[in-house]
Amino acid sequence: MDIQTWTYIIVGITFALYIGIAFWSKVGSTSDFYIAGSRVSPLANGMATAADWMSAASFISMAGLIAFMGYDGAVYLMGWTGGYVLLALLLAPYLRKFGKFTVPDFIGDRYYSNWARTVAVICAIIVSFTYVAGQMRGVGVVFARFLEVPIDLGVLIGMAIVFFYAVLGGMKGITYTQVAQYCILIFAYMVPAFFISIQLTGVVLPQIGFGSTLADGSGTYLLQKLNQLNLELGFAEYTSGSKSMIDVFAITFALMVGTAGLPHVIVRFFTVPRVRDARKSVGYALLFIAILYTTAPAIAAFARVNLIETVSTEEYEDVPEWFSNWEQTGLITFTDKNKDGRIKYVADEQQNELNIDRDIMVLANPEIANLPNWIVALVAAGGLAAALSTAAGLLLVISTSISHDLIKKQINPDISEKGELVWARLAAGFAVLVAGYFGINPPGFVAATVALAFGLAAASFFPAIILGIFDKRMNRQGAISGMVIGIVLMLFYMVKYKLGLLGGGTQEDWWFGISPEGFGTVAMFVNLFFSILISRMTMDPPEEVQQMVEDIRSPGKLE
Amino acid sequence: MEKQSKKEYWHKNLMYVGILLSIWFLVSYVFGIFLVEELNQIQMGGFKLGFWFAQQGSIYVFVILIFIYVWLMNRLDKKFGVHED
Repeated sequence: MDIQTWTYIIVGITFALYIGIAFWSKVGSTSDFYIAGSRVSPLANGMATAADWMSAASFISMAGLIAFMGYDGAVYLMGWTGGYVLLALLLAPYLRKFGKFTVPDFIGDRYYSNWARTVAVICAIIVSFTYVAGQMRGVGVVFARFLEVPIDLGVLIGMAIVFFYAVLGGMKGITYTQVAQYCILIFAYMVPAFFISIQLTGVVLPQIGFGSTLADGSGTYLLQKLNQLNLELGFAEYTSGSKSMIDVFAITFALMVGTAGLPHVIVRFFTVPRVRDARKSVGYALLFIAILYTTAPAIAAFARVNLIETVSTEEYEDVPEWFSNWEQTGLITFTDKNKDGRIKYVADEQQNELNIDRDIMVLANPEIANLPNWIVALVAAGGLAAALSTAAGLLLVISTSISHDLIKKQINPDISEKGELVWARLAAGFAVLVAGYFGINPPGFVAATVALAFGLAAASFFPAIILGIFDKRMNRQGAISGMVIGIVLMLFYMVKYKLGLLGGGTQEDWWFGISPEGFGTVAMFVNLFFSILISRMTMDPPEEVQQMVEDIRSPGKLE
Repeated sequence: MEKQSKKEYWHKNLMYVGILLSIWFLVSYVFGIFLVEELNQIQMGGFKLGFWFAQQGSIYVFVILIFIYVWLMNRLDKKFGVHED
């Protein structure tokens, strides 16, 4: 059977599964809708968190980005995993003990202020929309290539599926769908990785194959070969990279702190029964994530070797079939500048004739390695699972921010539970529409947009939550001004240097040599500084708030 | 829980967190970024050591750190009688 038939079958089965779970887990109460009734086991929550958080960027874009960045790809690898250590040690157990529905709930109660709650809601919405845009674009790319529909139609199909199970099942539906999505995406990611690792190095485990010798009997290590190929074509050595140390540091830190501040990840730790389950489920989540994250750099290196060896200096007439397949989507382009009929792939922009969208490396991998068609289809289903699971988690954050934190807590406290549920569902529907709009009019590279969402989360939430737990003296004046200053500063930098508005600027104009992706680190420290400074100049928080901080610091009930 | 033992519990917790976060910082920022050039002089199989910490090693350590924390805190909760159920 051809790739397309296999894709229809496998994607069809997975979509039917998601819809089935949605019916099975239809919810009738707000507690079920917001936090799945706090009845999720730590193991299931770990899987759901892994799927929730590993997005189209992790599944589709990351290995491709690393393949082109070499050592510098470490910013994603360490940045997107290290944040879980912060989550486990500094956030998850305390937020579980606090035990409400959302992150703005915590901020609003801890800082005894609806102003703080509103600022948190706005931050949550900005972060989530920035992030969800990238996911919808990912769905579109997968559909465009594998089902041969226009990207826009692909986005619409994705929207319809997410709409269905998020609106019907809320957090309960999303959680169990995400467990299924994790299984699909990890299987889809690992199978081709095993095969390619065997082909190239003779070792099954990609994590080991990555550091092994090539299977061609030359005795050369894979990475040694890669360094050599990179240098020959005029690129930086693969294992050294080309970013400055301060930027690598800043980006890694911003991604770590951003991960720990992402509202859709934090809210997952409200869904387990006990504090110790919250700690344990962060451990499971990172374990499940690490399976993919330790495979990604291996895939990146394999893909890079394969790409250079099969395509560079090849006669254009003789390119493999996958090359022409991807050319049709416009994600690979070849312009024969010197008219010799050969593909010239070099670092020098003037001479280079090949342009490859980083997003296709994982999706094209099985084809590059000549794997059977069903594996290609499986990877498509995995990419969709990754994108849809994250989109659903984000949509839920947007919908609860509106129905719970704005309407129930501020506008109409007397609303019935039924009424609140109606609002939650309406808000979810509205959020799907906005997300779809961004998917059809994407603001740029998938991973680049996502990295900025992390910067926004780092700049706004992280300090307010950490200080709320670890600094009893922190008050509402400090926290609110910190959040506002942090997010405004980050937005300003992003708009100026990423979108080129407000006068724009190039790399030479970056502050301290830090890129927009890494600027969340600076904005976070500025937030911390002003929070502490202003809180010390104003009054202590009220007695009952200090009591609450005491209370969340230990798991057991207070006598 | 009494005020005194509550303080003690919190300080123990902070100590655990402090130690584990130092290791977290060491394997990622120190080994993977600041000292990467120096560690790259050491070859471990096909990997340069600094590169390995940046792309693989630190992730393994992160996972282990969380499970150590879970174990330490469960023990501490029991000792201070604040464990649930």
